[in-house]
Amino acid sequence: MAITSQSKERQMQTPDQIRSALQSEIAADEATVTARALRQARKRKLQVNAGRALLGVLVVGGWQLFAQWKIIDPFFFGQPSGIVRQLVDWFQHGTSFGSIWSQIGVTMEEALLGFVYGVLGGVVLGVLLGQVRFLADVIGPYIKIVNAVPRIVLGSIFFVWLGLGTPAKVLLASVLVFFVVFFNAFQGVREVDRVFVNNARVLGASRLQITRHVVLPSALTWITASLHVAFGFAVIGAIVGEFLGAQQGLGLVISDAQNHFNPNGVFAAMVIIAVIALTAESGISFLEKKLLAWRPPSSTEVAGI
Amino acid sequence: MTAAHSGQTLDAGADPGGGRAGRASARIELSGVTRRFTSPTGKVFTALRDVNFTVEPGQFCAVVGPTGCGKSTTLGMVAGLDRPSAGSVRVGGAEVDGITEGVSFMFQQDALLPWKTVLANVALGPVFRGVGKKQAQASARDWLGRVGLRGFEDHHPHQLSGGMRKRVAMAAALINEPSILLMDEPFGALDVQTKAIMSNELLGLWEELKPSVLFITHDLEEAVALSDRVVVMTSGPGTIKGVYDIDLPRPRGAVQEIRFEPRFLELHHQIWESLKDEVQRAYADTGGTSGTAGVEGASGSSGSSGRSKPAGER
Ligand SMILES: Nc1ncnc2c1ncn2[C@@H]1O[C@H](COP(=O)(O)OP(=O)(O)OP(=O)(O)O)[C@@H](O)[C@H]1O
Ligand SMILES: [Mg+2]
Repeated sequence: MAITSQSKERQMQTPDQIRSALQSEIAADEATVTARALRQARKRKLQVNAGRALLGVLVVGGWQLFAQWKIIDPFFFGQPSGIVRQLVDWFQHGTSFGSIWSQIGVTMEEALLGFVYGVLGGVVLGVLLGQVRFLADVIGPYIKIVNAVPRIVLGSIFFVWLGLGTPAKVLLASVLVFFVVFFNAFQGVREVDRVFVNNARVLGASRLQITRHVVLPSALTWITASLHVAFGFAVIGAIVGEFLGAQQGLGLVISDAQNHFNPNGVFAAMVIIAVIALTAESGISFLEKKLLAWRPPSSTEVAGI
Repeated sequence: MTAAHSGQTLDAGADPGGGRAGRASARIELSGVTRRFTSPTGKVFTALRDVNFTVEPGQFCAVVGPTGCGKSTTLGMVAGLDRPSAGSVRVGGAEVDGITEGVSFMFQQDALLPWKTVLANVALGPVFRGVGKKQAQASARDWLGRVGLRGFEDHHPHQLSGGMRKRVAMAAALINEPSILLMDEPFGALDVQTKAIMSNELLGLWEELKPSVLFITHDLEEAVALSDRVVVMTSGPGTIKGVYDIDLPRPRGAVQEIRFEPRFLELHHQIWESLKDEVQRAYADTGGTSGTAGVEGASGSSGSSGRSKPAGER
């Protein structure tokens, strides 16, 4: 770069000209930096994806071959090809309890309803107890007691109350979800910066307005973090509920396969559940991004540029 | 330096409140205020003891004192966020009970909600008071313009510089057109130039609305330059050491220039003499061995360095 000639030129220019020249220089610099960052990001993504694919092929391929060579017994461990066959069979001819789609639908309905009720209950009660000290002191110990009970055992009681239908499974799922969300919401409310609350109070906010404009958004970081785990719990609740007794659902499909010594069936149902869970996970991540759009990008995201 | 000594008659300005004593509801009176805190271990700690002073309606009153002497605590009680353990805090003649009516508070800490845009943050005051959203936003836009932040409406607080955030906080505090404005080291973390600009902005806005102002600062120069009255507090437990009426004429004009006026220097020196001992004592109490060197340095050149904080402080 001919720096000297450039600076000589600059001496002839007015400050405005210098500034505009500088600005275009800066813009050009920024453009190159952006382009380079983009290239690097793309390259990294490619490498990561290639690595992932390779790992998947290794594990699944190894499993397939080991089973074929009888190093592991396919009777107990199943075989990827068998799992695929099982899946194809289910989707083409249905299961012994009806079409696979209706099994998926039943389980999804139970999990989703349980998720929604559990989240609502957890958020409402968490926010309430987090703000009202008296209630927290009174109810707190009881919540801890219920939380200490192995919640799967609760499933048995729910069946006694509600029978073998959907409601018992929804209740079980929502109880599992509730505790995860409740403790996070409660803690989130407790962590709200006092200065924010005081500021809102001085500005004339009512209690409800403080909850809406300050407490909830602040606790939302905690609450959304709990949602990832919570959906997993909702699915667990639904499946375990179906295990305990059901006429339909993926849990029943699994327990049926188990009773017929069909590991491929168990694995195939697991694949379906995994697909459902991953779909839900990406939905929750999307929601989280939307809800927490105000947050400064994390350091890893910034590091990309 | 242009010592702008324009021969004003300095005895003319001794009218605190600018003669606008009409809003009697904005008088702040503290009498015999004591505030004790109880630690979780049950130990009682007296932060403030027998504090008495009055801020007249429309008066600009600065409070200076060593760190930890209870300035923020005092402000909290005037706002109604906190209650005295003994004594009374009265605003407009009525005992403070619940949040004080007509008060705005600029906190020492950042109080902008990080999940709201700058515009929504400024609009909070009207929204909380039941003004329609459209109207609240329009007036927030207007106030952002007044503090020189037009074009930043849709930014989030973390996208602004520290000085810009303080300006947003100022707009958010003033949008309710308070009759009492409480400011807790509003410009404490700013560089000298930004501080000067914002001080001038504040004086302009104050002259427009004429609220009573209670202004905490560590910067004695800033205190003298802006206010009608300076309250000096002792180190913990905080009491009032002295109250100084600043008889510099209004309007003060540029804050950077008034500090060369002889009367300014005189007042500054007088108050500093009073404040110095307290700052030294507080510094020694909090573990500093001898604050003398740093403190004396600050007192010597009152024209250039107004940082009355001891060097080792927080
Ligand atoms: N909620 C509280 N509980 C216990 N002690 C407190 C509480 N708030 C303040 N204090 C104590 O009261 C004293 C005065 O605190 P305050 O915040 O009013 O000081 P300050 O004068 O504003 O100090 P600074 O200039 O550093 O901001 C301090 O010693 C502090 O430790
Ligand atoms: Mg303070």
